Amino acid sequence: MSRPKDAITRYKTVSRLNHWLTGLCFVLLMLSGLAMFHPYFSWLSFLFGSGQWMRAIHPWIGCLMIASFLGLFIQFWHHNVWERRDTEWVKNIDKVLAKKEDEVPEVGRNNAGQKGVFWAMALLVPVLFLSGLVIWEYYFGHATSIEAQRVALLIHSAAAIGAILVWIVHVYAALWVKYSMRAMIRGWVTPGWAWKHHRAWFRELVDTGSRGPEPNPRNRAP
Amino acid sequence: MADLQSQNYIRRSATTMTPPTTRSNVEEVAKLIDVSRCIGCKACQSACMEWNDLRPEMEEFQGAYENPHDLNPGVWTLMRFAEYENDHGDLEWLIRKDGCMHCEDPGCLKACPAPGAIVQYANGIVDFISDACIGCGYCIKGCPFNIPRVSEKDHKSYKCTLCSDRVAVGLEPACVKTCPTGAIMFGTKADMKDWAEERIEELKERGFENAGLYDPAEVGGTHVMYVLHHRDKPSLYSGLPDKPHISAVIGLWKHVLKPVALAGIAFAALGAFVHGIVSGPMEVEEEDEAEARKEMERRAKS
Repeated sequence: MSRPKDAITRYKTVSRLNHWLTGLCFVLLMLSGLAMFHPYFSWLSFLFGSGQWMRAIHPWIGCLMIASFLGLFIQFWHHNVWERRDTEWVKNIDKVLAKKEDEVPEVGRNNAGQKGVFWAMALLVPVLFLSGLVIWEYYFGHATSIEAQRVALLIHSAAAIGAILVWIVHVYAALWVKYSMRAMIRGWVTPGWAWKHHRAWFRELVDTGSRGPEPNPRNRAP
Repeated sequence: MADLQSQNYIRRSATTMTPPTTRSNVEEVAKLIDVSRCIGCKACQSACMEWNDLRPEMEEFQGAYENPHDLNPGVWTLMRFAEYENDHGDLEWLIRKDGCMHCEDPGCLKACPAPGAIVQYANGIVDFISDACIGCGYCIKGCPFNIPRVSEKDHKSYKCTLCSDRVAVGLEPACVKTCPTGAIMFGTKADMKDWAEERIEELKERGFENAGLYDPAEVGGTHVMYVLHHRDKPSLYSGLPDKPHISAVIGLWKHVLKPVALAGIAFAALGAFVHGIVSGPMEVEEEDEAEARKEMERRAKS
């Protein structure tokens, strides 16, 4: 379907490119990281040419990831400030999962689940980056004590598993809520989608005569 | 070194099940280093370089007898010199040949993420198979003795092989062959322990009442053992660990986080799958679009 006339822009082009660059980094880091974490996944090293290539490229992808994620953070943090209605939403998560979204508080630009994913990643990505530096053998192998590197290795692994769990939630939610993927790939949603899933955001846009993603500040009610 | 595979593996890194083999009747070997006989001539260091074709870079003098100052990817064994003033006020020069201890329970192998990059043969030798090494340096974190070193040239980890290539063809390690005082010996572990016992008796008679064998049980025993005059204080010998053990952090990582992580990921993925199948996707219905249109028209009128 090509973009209908009354479509609402959910994500600007720059946000989408930024998001998918981050996503690509995450997937590559996850595949190479898992290969270095558990023998079950060792075979994934062939995706990177060899174990040596994988070991060499993983930290560089990590560097790209933190830069890319910073871009997402700057663009999205103000959509993810926690509000009282988010707590209500979380308390009613069973209704959300049972597709009774009408029975939970109206959702703004992002719902509490999306905010949770955002802040979890905002915590885990820097932890992974910093602990990753400590165990980057080639450049920082002699910068810290072996004991510090052991602890960093444990923190890095645990944070990575946490991030993968968050990522599974993120991916499943995007697949489960129909047309979220289209929003993230092509940038637009139908008014009905916005009405159903992000009603408070939809009202804000309509009230200010905006076609998204941000409300039109000139028309904002005083 | 390369994998000659003339022996059974009893352990293989990053491998959940070590494959069985048909060979049997392999005796455990050990190198016995009698510190009390060592004269610090460094012939063992030279022999190691000679046999393994190692020529480490020349270093600056660091003000001590160690030369070079530490193990490195081209220095797999190193004489370490410690000056110790005993209770009688006498100076003792404690010289120890440092290098891989070939632990029965090797921490390097436990930490290694590359399948088959670290193996343990049935005779007890722990060997790095360079071909499979990815250069991550996890072995350094696993080792209780601070032995492995990753080369900046080829990004592979190196350490003493106990001359596994020589041993495989019935020769003793190069350092053993060259030692002029008989301070380094090689044979079956049982024989080496017997020999050590005799030697320790002699040392005790000579007044070293704390003489003993260093074959630390914390790592399941080692295939390189020391006869120490001060078995009660191994750390006197340039920081030989009193109670060497694989760090508890490595244990948490490998024995707790690994299974928990796998279960967690599987649970999350399965949960999502089941929910997706049971509930079906969250769709936008025609009435949602109609409601949205109504809202937009209301705004347009006002």
